[in-house]
Amino acid sequence: MIIPLLKGLGLTLSRFFSKPITTQYPEEKIPPAKRWRGIQYFEKDERGKTKCVACGLCMAVCPSQCIYIETAEDEEGRRYPLTYELDASRCIFCGFCEEACPVKAIFMGQGYEWVETQRKPLLMTTEKLLEEKKFNP
Amino acid sequence: MQLLYLVIEIIVKCVVVFAGLMIVVAYLTWLERKVLGHIQIRFGPNRCGPFGLLQPFSDAVKAFFKEDLVPGRADKAIFVLAPTISIIAAISIFAVIPFGNQFTIPGTNWVVKLRVADVDIGLLYIFGVASLGEFGIILGGWSSGNKYGLTGSLRAAAQMISYEAALGIAVVGVLILSQSLRLTEIVRLQAGGIWNWNIWYQPVAFVLYLICALAEINRTPFDMPEAEAELACGFNIEYSSMKFALFFMAEYAHMVTVGAIAVTLFMGGWQPIIPQLSFIPGIIWFCAKLFLFLFFFIWERGTMPRLRYDQIMKFGWKILIPLALINLLVTGFIVSLRG
Repeated sequence: MIIPLLKGLGLTLSRFFSKPITTQYPEEKIPPAKRWRGIQYFEKDERGKTKCVACGLCMAVCPSQCIYIETAEDEEGRRYPLTYELDASRCIFCGFCEEACPVKAIFMGQGYEWVETQRKPLLMTTEKLLEEKKFNP
Repeated sequence: MQLLYLVIEIIVKCVVVFAGLMIVVAYLTWLERKVLGHIQIRFGPNRCGPFGLLQPFSDAVKAFFKEDLVPGRADKAIFVLAPTISIIAAISIFAVIPFGNQFTIPGTNWVVKLRVADVDIGLLYIFGVASLGEFGIILGGWSSGNKYGLTGSLRAAAQMISYEAALGIAVVGVLILSQSLRLTEIVRLQAGGIWNWNIWYQPVAFVLYLICALAEINRTPFDMPEAEAELACGFNIEYSSMKFALFFMAEYAHMVTVGAIAVTLFMGGWQPIIPQLSFIPGIIWFCAKLFLFLFFFIWERGTMPRLRYDQIMKFGWKILIPLALINLLVTGFIVSLRG
């Protein structure tokens, strides 16, 4: 009866002298897994604009219907999204948009730290999605 | 003039002991969280100041600014009185603990003894005041008008009374050896190195004392009165703000007290490990030994699971008290044989 108690004391003492395994979160971060589905970003083409051709597949596939696209054509006859709105507050990060995209324009990023006090900033436009690229090397 | 000096000396000693005790209690909470953290392979508090050293102050500020609730169905006078009883009993035990030997103030022939009061029935005083502290817990749980509080205080009453018996009997073994209730006398008889300490002459009493003392201060293997899982904090469930902080401080002050009594009775008080090391002041020896006990109390808290209530009662009455009686009998027999 006494020996298990002493064994337990020994175990806790050895734990006491071992190095803590805590990750001190704001200072240290564990990088997310490679297949982690975080906040989306847009890939740029050679002109520095979005690769998106506004086909509307992501809008169609999105289960939570958080993507809204208005299509337009530029002077070269190239289709581009006049408005591309991704409501990040509704997004469920399923990654279907990335899968559906035929031109590899939208990707799921690595970012998971995003807090806002209002809903408005959570509405991502083309510019914001392009900007998100720089957090995803 | 002599009387005035005496009064000044006593007041200074009281203030120093009180302040020292409060600092130790404050940092004991920090130490406990830190040690428990490292036992669980995490850091413990480390955001307030370096190593979280300012955490006790932040906790104190928080406790001050919390809302001070008194439940509507509580017995208000007793509800307020209970934490006061608890903390007063916990602190006043320290009046008789000898922290060190005496020293002479340089340039005078005034001898300062390092204890607030050298009572010749010191041990009796300790047990008397310590059982007064139970009233704080019992009344606190009862007066808050809460079934969990009542259950907690009932358990506290039953547990403390049954373990106090074993505690008292265990300590009598030391009394037989030292033939004195005066704590300074008990320490003085343990002079001359580690092999003269009572822990070698009364090992069973020492172990019994530690176990019973843990039950007495409601620490982890015996923390029935506040069992978080079943009683949701037990006797202090309705307490908030500074009243809760007083209970909390009383609990930690009791822990320091129990450690200090263990040092005094079994580990030679302020005496050094070997006589050659006596150039180190006694108070440092005392604090070092006390720290060992405090660390042990935290360490075992990080190890032991809580016992069931009936197990605690059975353990107390059927194992500890018979053991203590046998220890007493054997000690008395041997002492009387040696004449």
